[in-house]
Amino acid sequence: MYVEMKHINKNFGDYEAAKDINFGVEQGRMVALLGPSGSGKTTILRMIAGLERQDSGDVVIEGKVVNDIAARDRGIGFVFQNYALFRYMTVYENVAFGLRVQKEEKQKIHSRVTELINLVGLEGMEKRYPDQLSGGQRQRVAFARALAPNPQLLLLDEPFAAIDAKVRKELRGWLKEMIAKVGITSIFVTHDQDEAVEVADDIIIINEGRLEQMGSPMEIYKKPKTSFVAQFIGTSAVLDDFSGFKGFEDLPKGKQAIVRPEFVEAFKSDNEKFKSLMHATETGVIKDIAFRGSYQELTLEVNGILLSTNRSLERRPVRVGEQMCVLVYRVYILDETDAEIHKNQLLKGVDIEAL
Amino acid sequence: MKNQESMTMESSKNQKGAGSGEGKLARCLLIGISVLFLLIMLVFPLVEVIYRSLKEGLKMYGDALTAPNTLSALGVTLIAAVIALAVNTFFGLCAAWLITKFDFRGRQLLSTLIDIPFSISPVIAGLAFIMTFGRMGWAKPLIDGVNDLFGTDISLVFSVPGVVLATIFVTFPFVSRELIPVMQAQGSAEEEAAAMMGAKGLTIFRRVTFPHIKWALLYGMILCAARALGEFGAVYAVSKARGKTFTLPLEIDALYMAGSADSITQAFAVSSLLVIMAIIILILKQIVEYRGKREQ
Ligand SMILES: Nc1ncnc2c1ncn2[C@@H]1O[C@H](COP(=O)(O)OP(=O)(O)OP(=O)(O)O)[C@@H](O)[C@H]1O
Ligand SMILES: [Mg+2]
Repeated sequence: MYVEMKHINKNFGDYEAAKDINFGVEQGRMVALLGPSGSGKTTILRMIAGLERQDSGDVVIEGKVVNDIAARDRGIGFVFQNYALFRYMTVYENVAFGLRVQKEEKQKIHSRVTELINLVGLEGMEKRYPDQLSGGQRQRVAFARALAPNPQLLLLDEPFAAIDAKVRKELRGWLKEMIAKVGITSIFVTHDQDEAVEVADDIIIINEGRLEQMGSPMEIYKKPKTSFVAQFIGTSAVLDDFSGFKGFEDLPKGKQAIVRPEFVEAFKSDNEKFKSLMHATETGVIKDIAFRGSYQELTLEVNGILLSTNRSLERRPVRVGEQMCVLVYRVYILDETDAEIHKNQLLKGVDIEAL
Repeated sequence: MKNQESMTMESSKNQKGAGSGEGKLARCLLIGISVLFLLIMLVFPLVEVIYRSLKEGLKMYGDALTAPNTLSALGVTLIAAVIALAVNTFFGLCAAWLITKFDFRGRQLLSTLIDIPFSISPVIAGLAFIMTFGRMGWAKPLIDGVNDLFGTDISLVFSVPGVVLATIFVTFPFVSRELIPVMQAQGSAEEEAAAMMGAKGLTIFRRVTFPHIKWALLYGMILCAARALGEFGAVYAVSKARGKTFTLPLEIDALYMAGSADSITQAFAVSSLLVIMAIIILILKQIVEYRGKREQ
């Protein structure tokens, strides 16, 4: 493990911002801290950086407990949420700062800064001040500046938050590529799950100061361990009682269920492909059709419950009010804290993946 | 920040004025009132000072300025102002730094305490000094102890050190009050970024914090100096020896109170000295404001 958090607790006054946080990040990995606003992501990042001191527990970097090592001596690169570029310094001076502080030779500084400015594609902007740059350019400067002193660990707090949606998407890819190129261990904070899924090797889900789950994006998506994760990840409708549905009669009563769009299939009653599954379907009426760019999102009323599903544009057109056959493959049933997958009983023995 | 505010105020005023005749009238009226007020309260009295000081001719003016009492007062005033400026600049920086960059218990209290000289009468401050350090004050034995130890003869009341202390007291909020809003608006992210790159406290201050606050700092120092030169009440309480511990404002008062035609003219001559200093400070202040604004 390159970075480890061991039983970390942190209070602000009597507010518990981190409760017994434990996790480890292996060298070279890119990990996302994902969670809703105010869940404690920034606090965790700042404790790793040494900008905030935990009340108890150990921060371990490269096998060394660094609790008593000041932020400036931890050798960590940090990209701040609003970049915190030095506004009275040019782009060049911003990137050179860390090297100057370490009293590097002028020649060395120059070549390193030039190398980094080229790496992030800001050639020709060395003499500009931060307020003469676009959001995306500032982000690149912040990134280059954090990398300049050659840190072994890079921490990024919402690196894309201040950038508009389109550029954000571009920058995500860019950042992932850059980090892969530099080969640096990195942890970044985000509250955008698309971002986490797209960029990170592993995701750590934080909620109310607690670590809910850590795993690969796929694991988190397929096997949510807690009810929070099941609700937080993906688009999901939470239903109060699902036990009335065909194939789910043996569900425990009075428990909440989560149905994601991809758990639901809707087809016309004359559909040949799904003929063999007709016995497991309920009847639903289309209440709403929303165009989502590359697909349609249908909202169907089934047994008085609203379910949604995504429909490819390649399939036959449907209209609001039309009756459809609705098949639910599986649901998550939520306990107090856990989430459990339940499959449709009537589909036993059917190879759904082959459909 | 102050500048921005006044700028937006001006532009909104202009918009209103251009819109309606009523707005135009109101604007003229407001300008008229302000100008009249400034003339009566400020310009006429100042012109009067200069006029009176020169009324008896340049010889008289020169004599008044070179009288031993005046020179002594000028010396004391400058000593007090320079020391107060140095001490309060340092203290103001520390206090503003502490209040804006650290989170600790009692921060609010400290912030309020700093403002005390603004809210209590300077005379009370002076009297409080006498009570504390004077013959019957509780701190008197302490000072005596120090004097015995070092063989010195420092006395804090009715002496130049007392004048300096009183001046420091009344002027200490100026620097920190100018710095706090600027430093608060800046936050501590840039400092933290510098720290993450390995910079130490002094480097961070010199390279990151200082460029940001330098105009506010200069502005605060100018206000502090202006007040230090002109302070009367607090100094009056701790300074009783004309020709030894009097500052310019006290000397002016003494000359004026003497009541003869000559001494009154002398009072005005000495006053003109303070007015000239004030004008220099005002010009400096304008320059600082202008440059600070341009750099934003
Ligand atoms: N210095 C502080 N003093 C008091 N409370 C704080 C402090 N910093 C953070 N908190 C509280 O701790 C909790 C977690 O804050 P944190 O900034 O870590 O959240 P976050 O997950 O980064 O949220 P966001 O996504 O909105 O940035 C919040 O409820 C916040 O109000
Ligand atoms: Mg945050």
